[in-house]
Amino acid sequence: MRPILENLWIIPLLPLLGCALNGLLGAKWPKKTVDAVALGSTGLSFVLAIEAVREFLGYYQSNYHAFVKPFFDWIVAGNFRAGFDLQMDQLTVVMVLVVTGVGFLIHIYSTGYMAHEGGYYRFFSYLNLFMFFMLILVLAANFALLFVGWEGVGLCSYLLIGFYFLRKSATNAGNKAFIVNRIGDFGFMLGMFLLFRTFHSLDFAAVFDATSKLPPDAMGQFGTLTIASLLLFMGATGKSAQIPLYVWLPDAMEGPTPVSALIHAATMVTAGVYMVARSHVLFTHAPTAMYVVAIVGCATAFFAATIGLVQSDIKKVLAYSTVSQLGYMFLGCGVGAFGAGIFHLMTHAFFKALLFLAAGSVIHAMSGEQDMWGMGGLASKIKVTFWCMLFGTIAIAGFPPFAAFFSKDSILFSAYNYEHNGKALYTVGLLAAVMTSFYMFRLIWLTFFTEKRYDEHHVHVHESPLNMTVPLMILAFLSLTGGWFALPALFGGKDYFAEFLAPVFGAAEAGGEAGQSLEHTLSIVAVVAAAIGLLVAWRMYTKKVKRRPSQGLHKVLYNKYYVDELYHAVVVGPLVWLSRNVFWKVVDVGLVDGTVNGIASGSRAVGDTVRQTQSGNTRSYAVWVLVGAIVVLAIIFWPILHPALFGEVR
Amino acid sequence: MVPTNYYLILSAILFGLGIVAFVFKRNVIAIFMAIELMLNAVNLAFVAFSQSFGKVDGEVFVLFVIVVAAAEATVGLGIIILTARNRRSLNVERVDLLKL
Amino acid sequence: MTGALVIFFALAALAVVGSVSLILQREPIHSALSLIVVMVALAGLYLLMGAEFVAAVQIIVYGGAIMVLFVFVIMLLNAGEEERTNFSKLATFAGIPLALAVTGFIAAAIAHSSASLPAPEPSGALTSTKTLSMLLFSDFVYPFELTSFLILVAILGAIVLAQREN
Repeated sequence: MRPILENLWIIPLLPLLGCALNGLLGAKWPKKTVDAVALGSTGLSFVLAIEAVREFLGYYQSNYHAFVKPFFDWIVAGNFRAGFDLQMDQLTVVMVLVVTGVGFLIHIYSTGYMAHEGGYYRFFSYLNLFMFFMLILVLAANFALLFVGWEGVGLCSYLLIGFYFLRKSATNAGNKAFIVNRIGDFGFMLGMFLLFRTFHSLDFAAVFDATSKLPPDAMGQFGTLTIASLLLFMGATGKSAQIPLYVWLPDAMEGPTPVSALIHAATMVTAGVYMVARSHVLFTHAPTAMYVVAIVGCATAFFAATIGLVQSDIKKVLAYSTVSQLGYMFLGCGVGAFGAGIFHLMTHAFFKALLFLAAGSVIHAMSGEQDMWGMGGLASKIKVTFWCMLFGTIAIAGFPPFAAFFSKDSILFSAYNYEHNGKALYTVGLLAAVMTSFYMFRLIWLTFFTEKRYDEHHVHVHESPLNMTVPLMILAFLSLTGGWFALPALFGGKDYFAEFLAPVFGAAEAGGEAGQSLEHTLSIVAVVAAAIGLLVAWRMYTKKVKRRPSQGLHKVLYNKYYVDELYHAVVVGPLVWLSRNVFWKVVDVGLVDGTVNGIASGSRAVGDTVRQTQSGNTRSYAVWVLVGAIVVLAIIFWPILHPALFGEVR
Repeated sequence: MVPTNYYLILSAILFGLGIVAFVFKRNVIAIFMAIELMLNAVNLAFVAFSQSFGKVDGEVFVLFVIVVAAAEATVGLGIIILTARNRRSLNVERVDLLKL
Repeated sequence: MTGALVIFFALAALAVVGSVSLILQREPIHSALSLIVVMVALAGLYLLMGAEFVAAVQIIVYGGAIMVLFVFVIMLLNAGEEERTNFSKLATFAGIPLALAVTGFIAAAIAHSSASLPAPEPSGALTSTKTLSMLLFSDFVYPFELTSFLILVAILGAIVLAQREN
């Protein structure tokens, strides 16, 4: 009847199989076989995902609730059960299609980009492993299984960031990503524990049903639901690179560009947003937590945009842009517009992946150069890459009819109407949009226009092969059309996207007449903001540009507000000191080694003492015999004698 | 009649003196004689009990002790002769080849 | 003070003096002679208790065979005055206290259980040689045969040990 829906496990399993085959046998295989395995598994997964979605839509027509299927018991302890349960609902539909679809495109791109790299099979093995874990994450029906996927993608992120493991900076970046993620995961786990303690289950259905029956916490009240939500959000700040745990994402650019595109733009970093959206019932019952989410998201969006204004590495600009856009998604979720947040997640996946892949194409064309100040005037030379990147830039800046206009606009509109300082949030978000437009167009101008700043004899600029440019074109198309799912009423269309997600998030607010005209106004303001950014960038960068030495505010921004240095001084430094001087010298060397060595030297001391009895002197031996005899006598006579010794009257 | 206690106390005293001799004498033959003294003390105790309980079993055991003491003295003195020839001394403290 | 008691104390004193003399004598031959005195005293005590056979065996075997053997060995080895070495600190310091401890334990045990001992009877009928031999050859015949075997082994051992190397 519904073969794929009943066997959802096959969707994550195929990439896992690809990973295993490539990992174990790929070293010996020719490139084409590795490609076939990797692309085949991911592509088939995508096809099956589409089929599963189709079956689910049919299922939903008759059943009106999410499809959950338990497959086997994973943890059974007392009355706690966490099973390998997979589910499908409208939110999962969006996520699974984005993950498998964009993932597949990036796999195709990688066959071109990584063609000359060592460890080719290893790359695809890790990439497939990542797909497996990400699919587990989005298909999971309980927090425990979601966490498995969560951790797994963190692992793959570590493996892939440090792919060029012979480079110290790469391995450091991998460590940093994993460790910072773990800090967030600590919060996530505490949140899970709290949820378990309150609801005695980690299944989404059970937890959310129970939560919906509870009264919501008041604003400012730190009840159980608020604390649980805040803890879960702490995990999200780690995984989705929000303040204060965003610091790993810029460093993660050490990994190959397809990795940056897939993991650090389209999918892994969106896991936090997905998790918050999935737990929207919890969050809506905890207005304080929502407020925190909104503020953190808004602040991150602004903060990261300011850093992105001055970066010179093309990938770093995009990295900070990602952090900033993730901030928008959380802003959307925080003000209650979960649907808008997810919509922006989807459009962002399209255009950010496009931007990263196009940047990769540029880097490939420039034979590895990543600094924009070493590029210039490439528009005429790599036309396809240029046009795709331009599409992506227009999209991210928020010009209609490209995708991000609709999603960003939706978020800002909801922020404006938010009851707690919504206008302030809106203003900051708008400023961030101006900056986004500015730095993205700055990127375009510095890279593709302005004068040539590279040496033609050393760098042979060439367009990328088809297996790289075709995914770019597909993503460019999606960046243009992806927003048309949610034409706001002002264009006379229906918000199909919000309607689609209504079964999950509840009906979208209509807004009424006043709402509609407000929406019109705000949309126009948004476009104007984007135009301002574009114009300022034009003025500053189209003419002959001169790179001045960095000073003052520019220096602060360029050095990312010295946040890494601050963390190092406040957190890392003391921890390392503690580890070295306390845990190593005192505990490990002193206590542990001391105990082990102490036992050895203690035994030896005892041995030395006992050795004294073996004196070789017969008379001493005689005395020892006597001592033994007395001990035996004592044992035999003591029960008889001791009342006599102390009790008898003489 | 002499109470049995007196014989037993005397046996204990002789036994103790035998121990003192065993520990303090340096001549190996003297140590052997101390062992004989201890065996005699025990014999005295056996006979005292035999008389006290009215059974002859104690005396039978005394005979056995005497026989075993004889055998032991024989073999022991043989060993002493050999050791004395080897170490050229009858001082038990000179037999210290096991000393580290 | 009955006569038996007087004889007892006399013989006891003799035994104790002999033992002390055994400890204090420097020449081993003097120690051997002291031991003979102790044995004779003990034989007397056996007689006092009515164990004539045991007394006789004590004199004949212990005094007449074992002690003679001792004296022969002393003379064979020409054992002279004892050397005054003192290598064992342990023996010096722990010897007397330990001996006192042993004696004390035994004495305490005796004192504690003295009430349960029945009074001795001097009837010779019980302790006659006939009763002894009846018991020896009926109930205790197996140990008896074993001891004869033991003596055989001892003789063989002594011969092997004392052989001159050929």
